[in-house]
Amino acid sequence: MTVTAVRWLRDNLFTTWYNALLTVLGLAVTWAVGSRVVRWALAGADWQVVVNNLTLLAVGAYPRDQLWRVWASVLVVTGLIGASWRLWSRPGLETHRAGQAPDRPPESTLGRRVLVVAWLLAVPLITVLIHGDGAVLSTVRTDRWGGLLLTLMLAVVGIAASFPFGVVLALGRSSALPVVRAVSTAYIELFRGVPLVTVLFSTQILLTLFLPEGLRPDRVLRAMAGLVLFSAAYVAETVRGGLQSVPRGQIEAAHALGLSNLQTTTLIVLPQALRAVIPALVGQFISLFKDTALVAIVGLHDLLGIANSVLANPNYLGRYAELYVFVAMVYWIFSYSMSHASRRLERRLGVGGR
Amino acid sequence: MLRVISQAAFLAALVAVGAVLYANLVRNLRQLGIPLGFEFLGLEAAFAIGEAAIPYQPSDTYARAFLVGVVNTLRVAGVGIVLATVLGVLAGIGRLSGNWLIRQITAAYVEIVRNTPLLLQLFVWAFVVFGRLPTPQRAIHLGGNVYLSNRGVVLPWPEPAEGFAVWAAAALAGLAAAIWVYRRLLWIKLESGRGTRPGLAALALLAAGLAAGWVLAPAPPFVISTPVLAGFNFQGGAGLTIQFSALVTGLVVYTGAFIAEVVRGGIQSVDRGQFEAAAALGLRPALVMRLVVLPQALRVIIPPLTNQYLNLIKNSSLAVAIGFEDAFFVARTVFNQTGKTFETVAVIMATYLTFSLITSLLMNLYNRSVQLVER
Repeated sequence: MTVTAVRWLRDNLFTTWYNALLTVLGLAVTWAVGSRVVRWALAGADWQVVVNNLTLLAVGAYPRDQLWRVWASVLVVTGLIGASWRLWSRPGLETHRAGQAPDRPPESTLGRRVLVVAWLLAVPLITVLIHGDGAVLSTVRTDRWGGLLLTLMLAVVGIAASFPFGVVLALGRSSALPVVRAVSTAYIELFRGVPLVTVLFSTQILLTLFLPEGLRPDRVLRAMAGLVLFSAAYVAETVRGGLQSVPRGQIEAAHALGLSNLQTTTLIVLPQALRAVIPALVGQFISLFKDTALVAIVGLHDLLGIANSVLANPNYLGRYAELYVFVAMVYWIFSYSMSHASRRLERRLGVGGR
Repeated sequence: MLRVISQAAFLAALVAVGAVLYANLVRNLRQLGIPLGFEFLGLEAAFAIGEAAIPYQPSDTYARAFLVGVVNTLRVAGVGIVLATVLGVLAGIGRLSGNWLIRQITAAYVEIVRNTPLLLQLFVWAFVVFGRLPTPQRAIHLGGNVYLSNRGVVLPWPEPAEGFAVWAAAALAGLAAAIWVYRRLLWIKLESGRGTRPGLAALALLAAGLAAGWVLAPAPPFVISTPVLAGFNFQGGAGLTIQFSALVTGLVVYTGAFIAEVVRGGIQSVDRGQFEAAAALGLRPALVMRLVVLPQALRVIIPPLTNQYLNLIKNSSLAVAIGFEDAFFVARTVFNQTGKTFETVAVIMATYLTFSLITSLLMNLYNRSVQLVER
């Protein structure tokens, strides 16, 4: 035991003199930083600022008597995640394709289809649940949304709306019609060439000017519009990569079978293209999730924005470190688990492995 | 025929939508009493800019104020790109190190930074790290007359004096000679296998050039300006404000983590056999990296690296959140004063598009030079 430990140390930390030097240096830095952080977290920090404002950080100014609607949404999402986890972590079609004998009956693809439909239905369902329909559920205007709830809603609505828009743009950019191609390319390059914060700023101050009288979206909707316009350009480039990965023979074969252009695109090309770019789209979603923090700059109270307004409260003056560390942990947990799930999904789908 | 008709229909629909939007814009602006037009750029700005790299005063025009912002953006982007590349390459190599501890440290750095929003990180740098520094009177002395305080970083700075031109000429000559000799000696070494010590020779030539310049110059080439505490702040030396330091640190740390992944991917894309073959030919590890691995890895690295540079330039607009007066910050101030919505947005978009286009162009030129030349 001790021999292997010594051996491991020698092979991994002290192979050469400069490696030994690096190890000692690394240990010193880790100790200096680590001990200080631990001492601060346990003794120096005053976590009251987080404990007292948990609800505020979670939902912002959402009416407290309507909180059950948020909880119900959380329940729907966690239920769906759990079901997806169960279904996708079982051996499915892949093992059969590899020629192995099925040791249990093949999971019905029906279950997976139901799940996909359930996910697609979940987005409008939750939007209605949170926003209300004005009849059964009282309307909660978007300016009452805040905290993590707003961050998540911005990300979900942003990706859900920018996905179809992005697919259309990608098809436009790969179109055989030069005018359509030029317009799509111009749009994509314009929005990929400017920072998100300038797009958000522009939609805040410009959107109402371009709309007819009587149509005056509030700040949250304008921010969503900015996120969608911006994100669609990136989704389009990702999807275009998928479109290019579909072999030309597929299109020719579809035409030979007598499918029209529209049928070829929707039934043959898009399914294969989208499947190839699912991991990249998840990455897109993660970066959109992080990017929603920028709405704090245009005055929205998302997770980061609400943290800043808590810090403006004289009771919590100067408690930057505690609050920012907490907020960073929330963002980190969401981003990291999404990228972890995406890596698993990538392996399951066998993208790139075939 | 169908193609022409469908394109014409598409174009017509686009023009119609554009016309409706434009009509709305004109009507809404008329109601607000703000005419369209760029004449305001020639008016007096009447606001101060704390950190101007080119001469500026409030009586200058809006156009000039905007130029100050653009120069500030370029400063941040230039410094940021260089430092982020250095940090990213080091961290990327660190993630592939044979040393377990270094691998863990760099992995922790990359995973923490990549999974939290940049804006949050900028707030932490600005308010938690740099914002908590002591006043200049109690500045942290980093040694060698470098001081860290809540007014920023000050350090001694050599200011060019009389003999600078002569010295600079000699130093440049030394540098040119060093590069030429290094290439020549390395070539001889690779062709003949003789140990010619190219690095040592080049270093000696460079030192000779620097020394010769110092001797030849009729007067000392530099005057060292050292920072001295005078009243509430430091005088002399070169200073970086807190906002600039926090912004550059934040951008470098954030982009560095992404570049690290790009570099790691690039090195991993080089076939293992290439390392082994190079080692079998008797090349030392450093030369294996420089002559065999990096030239091949660069082909994979350059395109995503370009994207990271573009991201850094675009992300520098977050300066607005921590009070650094970059192009977007100044544009927003101009908008608040003039109420010129459409024009301000047009100027901002045109500025960042220009930055992006120039960067893409330069990196594409460089990319062409490292790509495999095929017949």
